[in-house]
Amino acid sequence: MDVGEVTRFAQDLDGVVIARDYKFMCSDPGQELIKQDIKELGLNRVVVASCSPTMHEATFRRACQETGINPYLFEMANIREHCSWVTEDKKEATEKAKALVSAAVRRVYYHEPLETREVPINPNTLVVGGGIAGIQAALKIADSEHKVYLVEQSPSIGGHMAQLDKTFPTLDCSACILTPKMTLVGSHPYIELLTYSEVEEVSGYIGNFKVKIRKKARYVDEDRCTGCGLCITKCPWKVDSEFDAGLGKRKAIYTPFPQAVPNIPVIDTEHCAYFLKGTCRACEKVCEAEAIDFEQQDKIVEVEVGSIIVATGFQVFDPTPIYQYGYGRLDNVITSLEFERLVNSAGPTDGEIVLKDGSHPESIAIIHCVGSRDEKYHEYCSRVCCMHSMKFAHLIKEHAEADVYEFYIDIRSFGKGYEEFYNRILSEGTIFIRGRPAEVTNIAETPEEAGKLIVQFEDTLAGLQRRLPVDMVILSCALEAQADAEKTARLFNISRSADGFFLEKHPKLDPVATMTDGIFIAGCCQGPKDIPDTVAQASAAAAEVLAMISKGRVEIEAATAIIDERICTGCQACLLVCPYSAIDFDEEKKVCRVNEALCKGCGACVSGCPSDAINLKHYTNEQIVAEMEGALV
Amino acid sequence: MENLVEEVAATPGGENIRACIQCGVCTGTCPVAGEMEYPPRKIIALIRAEMRDEVLSSSSMWYCLSCYMCTVRCPRGVKPTELAHALESLATEHGFRIKRTRTPAMYRSFVNSIRGNGRVHELGMMLRFYLSIMPDLLANPLATIKMLPLGLKLWLHKRMPLLPKKVEGKEDLSRIIQRFREVRGAQ
Amino acid sequence: MKYYTYFPGCSAEATAIGLGLSVQAIAKPLDMELIELEDWTCCGSTPYGSLDELESICVAARNLALAEKTGLDLVTPCSSCFITLYQADIKLKDHPQLMLQINEALAVANLEYHGNLRVRHLTEVLVNDITPEVITTKVKRPLNGLKVAPYYGCQLVRPDYGFDNPEFPQSLDRLVECLGAEAVPFPLKNRCCGGSLIIPEEDLALGLLRKLLDNALENGAQCIVTPCPLCQTNLDAYQSRVNSKFKTHYHLPVLFITQLIGLALGIDPESLGLNTNLVSPSEVLDYIYNYINYITTH
Repeated sequence: MDVGEVTRFAQDLDGVVIARDYKFMCSDPGQELIKQDIKELGLNRVVVASCSPTMHEATFRRACQETGINPYLFEMANIREHCSWVTEDKKEATEKAKALVSAAVRRVYYHEPLETREVPINPNTLVVGGGIAGIQAALKIADSEHKVYLVEQSPSIGGHMAQLDKTFPTLDCSACILTPKMTLVGSHPYIELLTYSEVEEVSGYIGNFKVKIRKKARYVDEDRCTGCGLCITKCPWKVDSEFDAGLGKRKAIYTPFPQAVPNIPVIDTEHCAYFLKGTCRACEKVCEAEAIDFEQQDKIVEVEVGSIIVATGFQVFDPTPIYQYGYGRLDNVITSLEFERLVNSAGPTDGEIVLKDGSHPESIAIIHCVGSRDEKYHEYCSRVCCMHSMKFAHLIKEHAEADVYEFYIDIRSFGKGYEEFYNRILSEGTIFIRGRPAEVTNIAETPEEAGKLIVQFEDTLAGLQRRLPVDMVILSCALEAQADAEKTARLFNISRSADGFFLEKHPKLDPVATMTDGIFIAGCCQGPKDIPDTVAQASAAAAEVLAMISKGRVEIEAATAIIDERICTGCQACLLVCPYSAIDFDEEKKVCRVNEALCKGCGACVSGCPSDAINLKHYTNEQIVAEMEGALV
Repeated sequence: MENLVEEVAATPGGENIRACIQCGVCTGTCPVAGEMEYPPRKIIALIRAEMRDEVLSSSSMWYCLSCYMCTVRCPRGVKPTELAHALESLATEHGFRIKRTRTPAMYRSFVNSIRGNGRVHELGMMLRFYLSIMPDLLANPLATIKMLPLGLKLWLHKRMPLLPKKVEGKEDLSRIIQRFREVRGAQ
Repeated sequence: MKYYTYFPGCSAEATAIGLGLSVQAIAKPLDMELIELEDWTCCGSTPYGSLDELESICVAARNLALAEKTGLDLVTPCSSCFITLYQADIKLKDHPQLMLQINEALAVANLEYHGNLRVRHLTEVLVNDITPEVITTKVKRPLNGLKVAPYYGCQLVRPDYGFDNPEFPQSLDRLVECLGAEAVPFPLKNRCCGGSLIIPEEDLALGLLRKLLDNALENGAQCIVTPCPLCQTNLDAYQSRVNSKFKTHYHLPVLFITQLIGLALGIDPESLGLNTNLVSPSEVLDYIYNYINYITTH
């Protein structure tokens, strides 16, 4: 746009003493210009027409403050993101910029000086999710001798990392590197571990959250249980094990895996004979510590924290809808997670790679990008599957004498040591075929194909349509947001991006904060990533929390609502509409009153009040009308 | 001079060609990929390589059965079937002679039958078709004669009417097509 | 009584006369009134679209404009006609500029298309409007568990119209079962029969047909049913060509789904055009009409 023209226009507006343009107003010399003009010309209002307030409102407000003007007597007109960046025609953009400037100038006339308040921060932290991200964040904060509540939905912490066999590229045993951290968490004096628990309600604001947590009944007394495991041994009821991805069994009273923290079992009431029919009670009979308590109830725990880290992780895509790959229909087509359990020496087959009938496969196909990079399911790339698929190839070569075929579109080995790992896998003899398979079928067209699973594909590098008979097919499935991500997002008042994962405040510069101050996200709940990146994000979130705790106080928005008690009829419409529960009803005077400490200045009550009794500081009716007039005239 | 990718993208059916990531699902799925000189993925690669003559003179897209299996499986929404139709249209528009396959000849006979009768008269269409590939037929007389029993059987089973049906709308259709060509030409 | 504008398609009066006859025969018993679109012309089908995409939309549009005037849904039994008319309709609705051009052309015949038409496949109408449950109530001659391989072909289920699953369709299976027959598992039921390429590239198509016949027989089918005239012609009329090329001995009757429905409704075979099937359906008829006898002699 023509900045000069806009500046000249501004100079002619009512109340404007001086209008200047300068290329980098936010820089030191730019700010100096403003400060000088304020001093020399005795200005009491400042308007800067430039970028979005989210960029530099704070910068200019500070400049005003340093010159003795209340920062709220400053207004910004966004003529960049709202104007030049979105308008193609220069003339049109210039006219629009003039309107925006005129609006800002008229509005600022009605601005009042306001004071921000500071409130103290509760130094406790809530971490939601006990996977590696939650564990890492909790440890980092707890090690600084501040209290952490770690809430985990399942009976034990550990998350998906506990299910893995070896991790790429170092081939560290996952459980071996994870369990020491789990033990630390379990015994840490500053961590209160709440497993088999879920967050039910969150209220409050940054520095002052109140959280209700439901501790589901385990039907085992935590104080008495010694973790001897006799109840589990004696329980006669077998159930598909969630931890083993449905490939193995657990009991109705169970711990998910041997190294569970806490090592206290849980009774699954949907499969326990006592809860279904009132019989059995074998666990109760054998427990020497008398820890079985069938009468146990859910408990609601209320905690007060200053910050929350959401680290609820991911789930694996279910490939059943992809009919042509045969999952759930053909034997020996399995998902990546199922294979992790299969190949794990603590898994359902003791680490032996076997087919459904117990025999050993001689050839295995690994298909990349199942459910990822696909407009029908998830458009995004799940980032880790190329690497874990290659890891599978290595483990297969280690555990069995089988041919391995990797079907890929691109190889994404982006991290430290990852490309070198790819070289290693190539040298071990795995065949890489560039071509996304069209289908996996059991309909044989030649005698060699009889009894096998046939992968039909185009070998794009060789330029041939081919059919390859194999014994087993592993589908490297997408990582997707948890099924209850919507519910979690609402609970914590955070947003989700289009791919379903939680939305970070800024994708480049603020990856662990959210748009809700005081609530952070870390790990795969923000997007698919490997363990190094998860741990890095968890530490980052912990650092942000510790920074807040260290400062000890936080500035609260000055733009709060104020109710004119002379007009208020006490209908309480505002109370019902307030998302922050910031309005109280005075029983005596029969009027409503805003609790400034809780008010976030959202304006819902202002528009909801049928008597027009509420005004929002810094967004008063006068200011808004003036702004509209300025834009229209 | 427009490049080939732009030209194809501007043809109805070729709009999504830019989205292709060359994954190969289309070709892996295609029941006739083995017959095609340049199966779907490859033909997109050749278009990107600006190999206009090779692509438009190729017999490949004429083998497309329009079974749409590729379209259903493509992870990027490229619609290879529609792309094949777009390439066929481009090839016809620019007068390319297609060797190796008789499909264009059959399609032409089909379309001429519609333009002449308003509906497809199958016997008439087959005769037109055979006439247009006469050199080929004369070269393989035995193969041609072997078709006769089937034709006879169809006629005996009342599935091959000798005369075309009288269609009132035939004239209207001709005039509509004529007008459409004028309108399109004016664009 | 449900009313529809009926678009038979060119083959319903010629190669697929069995389809044309059986559709007419089952309409009344199923409470359908199929009013033939007056003066319809060919839809264009794949060949026209391949030679000249835009002109083919014009050809289809004439039929759409005529059908729109009737105010009823336009129903066709032919998969190819369905896909041609349906896609032409969508293209016109999505591209107002094209719609203007086409309407300028249609004006010479005093026609205009406004986009207020629903184009539907007869099979979809049978499943969604008439419904298998109602058809069952009208069955007079249940088919005694006749083993039927339901063959969908391509263009009934693809591209995805939202009607049935393109990879694993079920609609035809349901229609077969509601008649008292058994729909055998038929993994290749939605794979291509070769379509119009049977004429210029016969060998190629015969290879595809062979796979289908094999797969149906492997799963115990006594016959194949299909909604599409081209699929039926290929599988039925060209079955002898498959046999001579591959030295096989297939003798599998291929019926139109409407013929099978007609048999179950108690309509006589001749009215359903069963005498026009090249591979004789006599064994199937024997099974249905003389079930006890059939069981004891086989």
